[in-house]
Formats: sequence, structure tokens, C-alpha cells
Amino acid sequence: MKIIPKLPVAEWVSAATEWTTDTFEFLFDFIKEDFGRFIEFFAEGLLMEIPIWLFIVVIGLIAFFISGKRIGLTAFSVIGLWFIQNQELWPELMNTFTLVVFASLISVIIGVPFGIWMAKSKVVQSILTPILDFMQTMPAFVYLIPAVAFFSIGMVPGVFASVIFATPPTVRFTNLGIRQVSHELIEASDAFGTTGMQKLFKVQLPMAKKTIMAGINQTVMLALSMVVIASMIGAKGLGQTVITGLQRAEVGTGFVAGLGIVILAIIIDRFTQNLNTQRGDQA
Amino acid sequence: MPIIEVKDLSKIFGRHAKKATKYLDEGLSKEEILAKTGNTVGVNRASFDVEEGEIFVIMGLSGSGKSTLVRLINRLIEPTEGSVYIDGEDLAKIDKQKLREVRRQKLSMVFQRFALFPHRTIMENAEFGLEVQGVDKEERQKKAKESLEMVGLGDYIQQFPGQLSGGMQQRVGLARALANDPEVLLMDEAFSALDPLIRKEMQDELLELQESMKKTILFITHDLDEALRIGDRIALMKDGRIVQIGTPEEILVNPANEYVEKFVEDVDRSKVLTAEHIMKRPETVDVEKHGPRTALERMRKEGLSSIYVTDAKRNLHGYVTADDVAEAAKNEEKSLKTILRSEVPQVQKGTSMQEIFTIIHDAPVPVAVVEEGKLLGIIVRGSVLAALAGNEVNVNENNS
Repeated sequence: MKIIPKLPVAEWVSAATEWTTDTFEFLFDFIKEDFGRFIEFFAEGLLMEIPIWLFIVVIGLIAFFISGKRIGLTAFSVIGLWFIQNQELWPELMNTFTLVVFASLISVIIGVPFGIWMAKSKVVQSILTPILDFMQTMPAFVYLIPAVAFFSIGMVPGVFASVIFATPPTVRFTNLGIRQVSHELIEASDAFGTTGMQKLFKVQLPMAKKTIMAGINQTVMLALSMVVIASMIGAKGLGQTVITGLQRAEVGTGFVAGLGIVILAIIIDRFTQNLNTQRGDQA
Repeated sequence: MPIIEVKDLSKIFGRHAKKATKYLDEGLSKEEILAKTGNTVGVNRASFDVEEGEIFVIMGLSGSGKSTLVRLINRLIEPTEGSVYIDGEDLAKIDKQKLREVRRQKLSMVFQRFALFPHRTIMENAEFGLEVQGVDKEERQKKAKESLEMVGLGDYIQQFPGQLSGGMQQRVGLARALANDPEVLLMDEAFSALDPLIRKEMQDELLELQESMKKTILFITHDLDEALRIGDRIALMKDGRIVQIGTPEEILVNPANEYVEKFVEDVDRSKVLTAEHIMKRPETVDVEKHGPRTALERMRKEGLSSIYVTDAKRNLHGYVTADDVAEAAKNEEKSLKTILRSEVPQVQKGTSMQEIFTIIHDAPVPVAVVEEGKLLGIIVRGSVLAALAGNEVNVNENNS
């Protein structure tokens, strides 16, 4: 016997999504059209216009310098990219890269201010923490549904779903990084009469930089992990090739595309980690 | 007018702190208030004045509330009750904007663990206060460089704090505070994290700097030796309360209560006490009035082997020994002048006990304390030892 009848939670959420879709249609349409065109231009009009050999050489050079002139990362980047090109997956790689770049960029733009806000206020922290937990533990597939409702299919809903999934680490690490700045340094800053903004930009953020960068690294990795999932709603890229392999039961195709994702992941990860150095750290 | 005036300043940590202040007025102790309300008393109605140009030391053991007190003065911690007047303006009542101004212009702080910004070079650290004030780059670099040179770090401006030793880091901390040219320096256990040799060096340097800069310095420490060494005046704290305020000598010689007495028990008194504190009233004979017989009589009465000779205005002429006086008396001489010895072991009022040790060791007679040729008192070995042992010296007691 049911004392409480089944609560129509599913209906509520659907209704809310529908309402949002209708109410903000103008906004969603604008994003879908203009932002979508911009992403497409970035991938096809910009990245794919660069000659492949030049692209590989430039990445190789950057790898060489940011890794402290060691050969490992350089060799891996060059050989990895050459391999993807050799497998005729270059356009897919560029699309995937575009998706990751935009999703990460938006995540960071949203995540860092929220992290700062969270660090400055206990109330905000206690509200945001469960929301972040929710965002990270909800199966990523679920985000595809409202993404499609808002933006139909293509790159834009892919970026949207990735942003929801990938933002939490940046928020969390920014919060953590700022809170970890030692009490005495905050006191020193206050004692010299800094305003809240001066304290944030001259002391807290520079001191938290390393932690924030670690969070951003996590965000980028999560965005990359959304590539395959996002391709289910039509985001172009290596993920789509994986899905094709799955649908046609072609192990080889899926494996090669998957390998491409791994190579991209390792290159991005090492790049962001190597950029993460702090001044005054060498001693 | 004192530059800092602290009046009935209290800090109670915890909820409903305001309520607990009434217990302070009732005179309850820290423990009783904790038991009653669950609130911790940080500072209990502290009142003191700091005069311009003096080094005022607040000294107490850990948990005595001294670090809280210094933070109440620049309001890093909000006071629960009471007032802090800086140049006559109550800091506890001004708004944030005004407080920032005061912190920028008038108060600078030096921290126990240096609190240098690790991501900034030494130069950028020293510039910090001026940068925050919006002083333009050229001028603030000039001032920062000057204050770094003042503490002897002119050659290290491009290093990062992590590359320097503790002593050097604290010099940067000091330079950073001085670059602002504040009226008051708040130094919170500034030398406590340094090893003893470096600590002493820094104390000397601070005193040396103070000679030329004449800042008002509020110095917090848990080390009594340090307090006695650098303080013009010392406030002793216990359980959030100021137990005694006085010059180093006053605290040593006249401890206000048992706590202070216990505290000063272990102090190396030889560094603090001077001739003035341990001298006794001398037994003398008058070179104009008295002859050998009177001198002999006096020495016999007091059991002395020598006696100082002065005139009516207490100008010191020298001393005579018992043997010489006895000889002169036998020869029926009328004056002491012929047997007067003028090579007198003497010290000034302010001579420290450490110096007195070496003088008294070689002296055949008690050491004379002399000011402008006048005999003020004498020091015998016994009184030196008594002072070291912590016994009070009775100035009027006769020498034995």
C-alpha cells in the first residue's frame, strides 16, 4: 500500500526544462546560431586551414620549450600527431580539440569567479558544495537531454553538456587554493591596508595559482572525457568515429579513434601541467 | 600626548561575546568566564599609553593574549570593548575606508613568521605597502630600495624570499614595514623564530636603527631577556590582563606581584641591573674635619679595612686603609691628606653589572659610584652577589 503516491518529479523536471526552453528561446537560438557558427569557423576555417606539417612542428616546438628542452614530450607530441594524421583522423582531431578548448574555456570563465565567491563566503560554500557534488555525480548522459532541448544537436549542445560536467573541479580548486593561503599572509596583506580586490589579485590569486591550475587541468581532462558522450548528440570529432565503430561493430575503427583521444589527452595534460609553475618556487 | 592610547580594551572570543564582558567588569577570571559562558577571554581590559619614539614591549607567555592585543591595535581582530586611540583618533570606531588609511599611513606590522609573499621578489615585497597605496612605480622602488639598504639587503632585491635565510627574511619583513614610513611599528614576536645568535644580532640592529629613525615601536615577545634588552618600558601580561607596566629596572627591582616576581626570577640580572641598583650608602670621613683617629674609630665600629674620604660637598678625594690610618694615629698626625690614596676603582651610575664584575674582581677596596666627582655610593662584592641572587638591595644598609 502506498501512503504517498509516486511523486511526479520526472514531470516537474520536464516541465521546467520545457518552460526554460520556451522562455529563453531567443537566447538559446542566438547561442545556437552565432556561437555555433563561431565554433565551426574556429575548427574548419582556422585550425584545419593550418597546414598539418606546420601544426605539428609548432606543437613540437612549444613542447620542447615548456618541458625545459627535454626531448620526451616533444617526441611524443610529434609522433602522436603524425600518427593521427596518418590514420586520416586529422579533421576529427581538430573538431575534438575545438570542443575541448571551448568547453574548458567556458568552464574556467564560469568556474574561477564562482570559486572565488565560494572562498569569500561560507554561506556560498555551503550552498555550492552539494550542487557541485550533484553536477559531478549525475551521469554525464543526463546532461545531453536538456542540451538537446535547448540547442538541438551539434557542437553547441556538446559544449554545453561538457561545461556542466567539467566546471566543478575549477570551482573546487579555486576555492581550495584561496582558502589555503596562509592566515599570516592574509593578515600581512590586511595590515598594509589592502582593499578586498587588492588582496585578491596581489596575494590570494597569485598564491592559489598552482592549485587553480591543477583544477583547470582536471577540467580540461573531464571536458575531453565528454567528447565521446557529446558525439552522441552530434558533436563532431574523434568521439563520432568511436560511436561509428561501436554501431558497426568495427573494433579497429573504434580503437584507432580511441587511441587518438588518448594521444590528445596526454599532450593536453602535459602541456597544462608544464605551464603550471609558480614564481618564487625554485628555492 | 601619547601616540597610542589604549583604554579598557577587551577581546572575548566566541558567541555572545558582548554578554560575557559584564563578567569582566565583575572581575571574574579567565577560567571562570570560560566555565560560565564558554567564551575565551583574549584580552581583559588592557589600558596603556605609548609615547612617541619609545620602544614599548608587551611581554607574556603564550596564551597571555599579547598577540591578540597587538592585533586589536591595528584591528586585524575586532575589539569587543574599549578604545584604541592613534593620534587621538579612536580606531575601534572608524569605518573600513578610514581604517585602511590608518593602516597604510600610520601602522606597519612585522610578523613572527615573516609573512613575506613567496611569489614576489624581495624588492616587490618591500614595495608592497606603497604599491597598495598607489604610489607610482619609480618612487616606490626608490623607497623600497632605501629601506632594504637600511637593513643591509641592498644586494638581494631580485631574489625570492625562499632563497634567503630566516634572519634575512625578517630583515625584508622589517624593510617592508619601514618602506611605508609609518609612525608606529608593530612587531609581533618578530625575532622569536630566529636562532639565538641571529636574534641578538637583530635586536642590536633594531636598537641601532631606532637611534636614527626614532619610530614608536610596539614590540611583542615572550622572551623576558629580549624585553629587558630592547624595551624602554615593558607591559607584562598574564591571562589577558596587564599585570605591570614599567621600565625594565622597575619590573626587576619592584615586581608588582608574585607572578611578576616568579617571572623575573630567572632573568640574567647582570644584563639589566646597573651600579645604581646595587650601590650602598658609603661610610665616609671628611678630609677637612676628620683626622686619623676619627677614621680609625669609624672603621673599627663598622669593621672596615678601608674608608672613603670626601669633603663636605661629598666630592671624592680618595680612600685610606686601616693600616695607614693606624700608623698615622700612632705618629700623632693630624690630617689624612698624607696617607690619602687617590687611585680609586670607580664606575658610573649606569655601569652594568657585567662590567662591574671585572672591576670589582681586581679592586682592593669597595668600588665607588661617582657622578661628576661626587661619591654617590659604593659597591661591595656581597651586594653584587645578593643582587644576582634576586634579593633586593637596601640602599641605606651599611657596608659590611
